[in-house]
Amino acid sequence: MTTLYTSDHEWLRIEGDVATIGITDYAQSQLGDVVFVELPKVGRSLKKAEAAAVVESVKAASDVYAPITGEVIEVNEALAAEPALVNSDAGGKAWFFKLKISDKGELGGLMDEAAYAAHTA
Amino acid sequence: MRAHENSPLKQTPLHALHLARGAKMVPFAGYDMPVQYTAGVLKEHLHTRKDAGLFDVSHMGQLVLKAKSGKVADAALALEKLVPQDIVGIAPGRQRYAQFSNNDGGLLDDLMVANFGDHLFLVVNAACKEEDEAHLRAHLSDACEIVSLADRALIALQGPKAESALAKLCADVSSMKFMDAGPRRVADIDCFVSRSGYTGEDGFEISVPADKAEVLVTALLDNPDVLPIGLGARDSLRLEAGLCLYGHDIDTTTTPVEGALEWSVQKVRRSGGARAGGFPGADKILAQFTDGAARRRVGLKPDGRAPVREGASLFADATSAEPIGKVTSGGFGPSLNAPVAMGYLPTALSAVGTTVFAEVRGQRLPLKVAATPFVPNTYKR
Repeated sequence: MTTLYTSDHEWLRIEGDVATIGITDYAQSQLGDVVFVELPKVGRSLKKAEAAAVVESVKAASDVYAPITGEVIEVNEALAAEPALVNSDAGGKAWFFKLKISDKGELGGLMDEAAYAAHTA
Repeated sequence: MRAHENSPLKQTPLHALHLARGAKMVPFAGYDMPVQYTAGVLKEHLHTRKDAGLFDVSHMGQLVLKAKSGKVADAALALEKLVPQDIVGIAPGRQRYAQFSNNDGGLLDDLMVANFGDHLFLVVNAACKEEDEAHLRAHLSDACEIVSLADRALIALQGPKAESALAKLCADVSSMKFMDAGPRRVADIDCFVSRSGYTGEDGFEISVPADKAEVLVTALLDNPDVLPIGLGARDSLRLEAGLCLYGHDIDTTTTPVEGALEWSVQKVRRSGGARAGGFPGADKILAQFTDGAARRRVGLKPDGRAPVREGASLFADATSAEPIGKVTSGGFGPSLNAPVAMGYLPTALSAVGTTVFAEVRGQRLPLKVAATPFVPNTYKR
């Protein structure tokens, strides 16, 4: 299992041909208290860089982009009932959605943990 | 509203204190202002409703209007040429909400007017303060002196524990009622204090000399009941209280009637009143009092959990092509734990309980017209 990161502060956990995607702890700290999360529909095909989900704080709405191309195979329904999970456990329980990876070649453009740490430093 | 993007940001006298307290600063109306502190918008909002919050609103304009005759009634009569409110009727030591109207019946700004005995004290919005001062000078200079109090800070202390916190520094304030206003000694500093605010909570607004602002604010923040609150929570608090934000919920294209601010226009300035009309746009505004207006500002409660924000188009049903109105303020109400909004709708569709739809990210979300304030106010009447 590998964890990769985007410059837009998303993480991807890669297991076989499935990527679980969420936003980083740094991202949640910048957003502030999350009050609403809108997730993509299961079965939707997402292109890399397409708006996939929305995370809203008291103040503002922010898009979460698909970091890679793929089909949505599962979404985290727990976020609808408890959006604050994004603040309390961004890297764990607050995953957003799972993608069936279309092109593993796209993973090459993402950051590993050390590169992401340098990116947010 | 003036675009300030090209000039360097101004700082309030409390700028260093904001930075020392971990504020996240953002540009607002030409000033570098705290949008939130370390607690964050949600906790700051809830703390203000439960205990007390302290806001720096020094970016707002403070003006003195003094009649050359020396009589406050003459200053009041002069100001009535620019606002649809009863200014003459503001008793000494009292304050009233007002608006500057334009010739189309729209609003140039909204403001607070206090009678300080021998002059009027005005507080106007930051983004409009230069224009407001120029407007006053252009129309009232023959009868009045207009003095901008640029050397004063302005803070707001809001919430159920505001009175006990301020009373430690000025015993006098406990006897003040909502919209009482006047000079007071606070922590041995010459201040102007009014029992008013922009949160729906009981509380005070305190004008303090700029060089004493930090001393006063530090003394207030020494009280564990009081936390500093940023502009983020100021906005969510006023939205829950159903209060208009100038430039958003009211502007040069909205009249007091369209803006559901009829309560702010006293009978004496309406048709049949002793001083009816005589302000810019009076024909249109007074005709709307008689005939009604085509559209109206309403409170809106989304049925779901998704916030519906400013700019969202409103529709009569889930499929109609033509928008019927627009959301002018919207977000999440932390005290309601639900999204809230305000916007304009055709008057025929403005009754409480009416369902309309907002377009958000390509979807039509149902909302219901709701009475405001969304959260009951707790003013000390």
